[in-house]
Amino acid sequence: MHTINKPTKYRISLKEPGIPGVLRMAEERFIFTPHDPRSLLKLDVPFRSIKVHKFSKDGSKQALLNLLHEGGGYIFEFDSFSDRNICRDFVGKILGKLQATCPSKDDKTVPDKTTPAPGEQLSPMEMEHRIKLLRDDSELQRLHKQFVMTAILTESEFWATRKNLLDDTTIKVTKQRTGFKSTMLADIRPSTDGRTNKVTFSLTPEIIHQIFAEKPAVHRAFLDLVPKKMSEKDFWTKYCRAEYLHRTNNSVAAAAEAAEDEELAVFLKHDDILADEIRHKIRRVDPTLDMEADQADDYIHLQDHGLLRDGGKETVDAESELSRRTLSQDLNRHAAVVLEGRAFDVELGDTRTVAEALARSKKGPSLETFDKNESQERLEKACRMTEIEDLRGPHQLPYAPLFIKDPREYFDSQQANALRALGDSNAGFKNTDYNFNLEESYAYLMKQISEAKVTGLNDIVQSDVALKVLNGLNQHLSSTKQHIGKGPFESVLDQLPSRTKDELMIHWSSIQELLRHFWSSYPITTGYLYNKVLRLKEAMTQIYNKLQEIKESVQSDYRHLVSLLVHPMLQALDAAFAHYDSEQQKRTAKGGAMPNGFFK
Amino acid sequence: MKFHIEEVAVYFPYDHIYPEQYEYMVELKRALDARGHCLLEMPTGTGKTIALLSLITSYALAHPSSPLKLVYCTRTVHEMEKTLAELRVLYSYLPPSSSLLALGLSSRKNLCINPDVLSASSRDSIDSACRRLTASWVRALAADREQSSRGESLQPSSAIPTCPFFESYDKASRDAILLPSGVYTLEDLRAFGRDRKWCPYFLARNMIQYANIVVYSYQYLLDPKVANIISKEMQRECVVVFDEAHNIDNVCIEALSVSIRRQTLDGATRNLNRIAQVIDKFKATDAGRLREEYNRLVEGLAQRGNLPMTDTWLANPALPDDILKEAVPGNIRRAEHFLAVLRRLVQYLKGRLQVESVETEVPVAFVASINAQAGIDQKMLKFCYDRLYSLMLTLEITDTDEFLHIQTVCDFATLVGTYTRGFSIIIEPFDERMPHIPDPILQLSCHDASLAIKPVFDRFQSVIITSGTLSPIDLYPRLLNFNPVISRSFTMSLTRDCICPMVLTRGSDQLPVSTKFDMRSDPGVVRNYGRLLLEMVAAVPDGIVCFFVSYSYMDGIVNSWNEMGILQDIMQHKLVFIETQDVVETTLALDNYRRACDCGRGAVFFSIARYSRHDKRSKLPSWILSHLRDAHLNLSTDMALHIAREFLRRMAQPYDKAGSGSKKTLLSQEDLEKMGQSAMDMF
Repeated sequence: MHTINKPTKYRISLKEPGIPGVLRMAEERFIFTPHDPRSLLKLDVPFRSIKVHKFSKDGSKQALLNLLHEGGGYIFEFDSFSDRNICRDFVGKILGKLQATCPSKDDKTVPDKTTPAPGEQLSPMEMEHRIKLLRDDSELQRLHKQFVMTAILTESEFWATRKNLLDDTTIKVTKQRTGFKSTMLADIRPSTDGRTNKVTFSLTPEIIHQIFAEKPAVHRAFLDLVPKKMSEKDFWTKYCRAEYLHRTNNSVAAAAEAAEDEELAVFLKHDDILADEIRHKIRRVDPTLDMEADQADDYIHLQDHGLLRDGGKETVDAESELSRRTLSQDLNRHAAVVLEGRAFDVELGDTRTVAEALARSKKGPSLETFDKNESQERLEKACRMTEIEDLRGPHQLPYAPLFIKDPREYFDSQQANALRALGDSNAGFKNTDYNFNLEESYAYLMKQISEAKVTGLNDIVQSDVALKVLNGLNQHLSSTKQHIGKGPFESVLDQLPSRTKDELMIHWSSIQELLRHFWSSYPITTGYLYNKVLRLKEAMTQIYNKLQEIKESVQSDYRHLVSLLVHPMLQALDAAFAHYDSEQQKRTAKGGAMPNGFFK
Repeated sequence: MKFHIEEVAVYFPYDHIYPEQYEYMVELKRALDARGHCLLEMPTGTGKTIALLSLITSYALAHPSSPLKLVYCTRTVHEMEKTLAELRVLYSYLPPSSSLLALGLSSRKNLCINPDVLSASSRDSIDSACRRLTASWVRALAADREQSSRGESLQPSSAIPTCPFFESYDKASRDAILLPSGVYTLEDLRAFGRDRKWCPYFLARNMIQYANIVVYSYQYLLDPKVANIISKEMQRECVVVFDEAHNIDNVCIEALSVSIRRQTLDGATRNLNRIAQVIDKFKATDAGRLREEYNRLVEGLAQRGNLPMTDTWLANPALPDDILKEAVPGNIRRAEHFLAVLRRLVQYLKGRLQVESVETEVPVAFVASINAQAGIDQKMLKFCYDRLYSLMLTLEITDTDEFLHIQTVCDFATLVGTYTRGFSIIIEPFDERMPHIPDPILQLSCHDASLAIKPVFDRFQSVIITSGTLSPIDLYPRLLNFNPVISRSFTMSLTRDCICPMVLTRGSDQLPVSTKFDMRSDPGVVRNYGRLLLEMVAAVPDGIVCFFVSYSYMDGIVNSWNEMGILQDIMQHKLVFIETQDVVETTLALDNYRRACDCGRGAVFFSIARYSRHDKRSKLPSWILSHLRDAHLNLSTDMALHIAREFLRRMAQPYDKAGSGSKKTLLSQEDLEKMGQSAMDMF
């Protein structure tokens, strides 16, 4: 592995300014040499002492890399993110290597740290992702601790069954996007202190985002003016001033101010982008409620025809250049924006990035792209709406199908081998396809009947035996019911003491995890799998014993309930053991050499 | 399903039918058999439209020998679209052999597909932009130009622009029928036009002669200015339906009313100056044309015979029977003389507008006073419109939107000269809401709704007037002066009480609330209404519509709710959409409101509903009244909320839609067959 040299600043703590120097990283250790030769802050640290490395996000204020050791950390500030990322990746690789070779030491100190298997190189991103998953899900973390830390499963085995969790895209899909708040944040209200004539407006990133979404002209002005012509603060001061003028309904003052200050005037004028948008939207509106089409369709709207002043038509004031934006317009606009929802997901914080992201999202699907599809859809919808619901049979409503991220991927990767093995053992069964259509099932039944006629019904169970079994099953059912007593909705678990309950739950999930790995390792084709199964079996035996202990240790009142719950678990384990034993026998019977060249 | 009403096989595009719909169809069929007019009331939302369409279409199919045409009049374009959408549902259900052509007709504004024309802002400028490209003389000139340029290879820039869509339509229209059978909404017509590169407006205008079903606005039949152009060709074998006809009387009255304001007269003066200039120009260049017109007028042909469809303008405002078919009086035959007459008329009207208090006059007195002061007699007034129209055509004026003012004045003159009864002239010095601003207005108001609708009743064999609210049902025959052969009001039998009207008189603080004028702006009342809405918004799922008595009241109350913070609380539960006076904005708000309800976000819509009468209860339609319990008449907010919650819980229970036992609320085909059988058994 090579070494890298990067200019950087070493910062003893985040509060202090950095000391400029050069960071040199080699496989074993890193060395920091300050530019100032007199400085005593020269570092020479072996990577072995480093536990974790942390770093600031790309695009955040500073490009930081923090190498944590037992007692603290070394913070380096880089000039650019690219430099930082090179160092970060380098450190990630080395740390991964080191931890792989000495995992046991590490595990005790940092329990939720993941250890990549030897030979597997994880990018720091992936590592972080796994750590995050473990942190978010305590159950997962427990399982991880129980099996990976005790070396029953390796890291990669553990994660292999959870590929879907690791997939980045699923994370993005499942994360729900939040829409705009229903409240009108953009309608900011000034607060006065009561003594002076000062009014105070307060804006938050959330409010600013809403203002941008609801007032495209302000958004455009922001993109144009900030930071070229004025600072962001000045911009918002102007905006608030305009809002204040608008709020006080002082049209004379507003006109005067607007005449003097052309930037301020932007906020008071008609929003031409909005007007444009409205013109586009009205063309796509549902024709069955398009009142705009009525306008002037009947000739009564012809100027001066018909009756004026019967109260039906109210005169509108002539429009001046400065808009008389009414509350109703604001409300309608706000509700429309909320209904449309957020088109993008951006962390609120930096106003500039929000503004740019909004501009991008608007540019994306241009208004022109909707066309034929949309009108077709509209037509179908109109048709659906005209139908009288009551008179028609139940309608198949359009629904969104359940989203499963490629289930085949999971099964294929995990079960391909197992399925092949099953195919072998399945040879004794008749593979019946249960998807018959009507004729097929009829033919099938006819065949069965004719077969029965020929061969006679010989393997029919004796009636008294059948009755016995049925009674037994029923009794079992009813006795359970009696013991549970209070109705079918109460779960058995809830009646147990919480300690026992928790214990059982933990064992249950552990067994699930182990069994999953156990069955997916068959057929055993490599020495690796063989070892794995051995380990798994060991762990299962332990749990088996623990379960037996629980069963015996609980109070007699609960013993029956517990045994009911434990029974299926034990059964599942027994099945696994049985399978293990039979495979073992097969192997010994066949001798040392396995057909696929596997040597014991 | 398909069933029989007497001998007619009725195709109904659903599996079930309401009993009321069935009865409605039976009555309708009898009216058609009797070839008479009828009046039918059935509650809103019970499928009147589809019942009507289904029966009349089936009736026409059952009597192929006497072709029956359906003219379906709606109040608005969106209702037209809705009707056509229902017709489409029916069409797909009809036997495939039956050919049916149904289409909607609207103004150029809603049908034009020429982007140059559409860029004009208002309806009138779209009309005149179209005329500039399609008027017969423009096209003739363009053709001339093209021919000569072919010879001399002139610059292409000198070519006169025409409408490519109209030109290609015109070429295609020479050979027979153009539209294949089917149902065409306005959108479909536009799409068809774009596809074939034909003008949808003139295509539709042409096709209404051949269509089995025409859907258009009331005005196209009732307003003589429009009806004389569009609906002239309709034969007697038409069934005319006026849907949602509860204010048909208003439409009739408005069709014959004109009002003149100061702006109108100023505009008319400008128009006259412009006409004078054009006349002078023609005198210098093409004097023959003016002489030609004079000769034609001498011969008594005020209206030129068959004008090309593109040249037609709004027709005479008087009803067809009242238009004089005689020669134009001699003193207005010459263009300059006519111009002078108009100038005197405008001057006279200007003088009349200067009033201090409201004046009313009958037409006879008004005409006499014009004659005395301006020297214009009744006959000249009567011919004003036709004379102006002839002059505009002669002068080849295409930008008709510029000349609306003088047209209004001529409409007024013609109407006041034609009718002596049923009208009055009212002059008001100012708008009563703003008494300090002088804004005089002179209105010629028609009082008699039967005048405008009379030609329709006379001309067509069956006129059907239907609506959700026609009560009292005996009022309409008297208002419109006709004798219906059938007049019936249906109620709706509901499987369960799914309407829960309540009257609220007290707020949550037990103080009275009302929208009475003296109480409505009281802050306590405003707050109480706000609390009521807030509670309702939290309790009712999906959509709520909240009506106010006027725009100004709504503005006021919404502003105070905003100040009080009630609006913010409401927005925690539902999105708020508001009807404004801007139609575009309201349409979008309504569209959004519907989407918010559909997607489950929920919304409340603030709208305007007018009640002018004090006794609101008696004005409610009967189907609401029948569900109004005495116990629900005097509630406070909390009681109303309790009832609403109970009601909503009840509505959420599953129920048997078809009803049970003797009170069946949905009929299947079997039920209908049984009914038919038992009716037969009775005889």
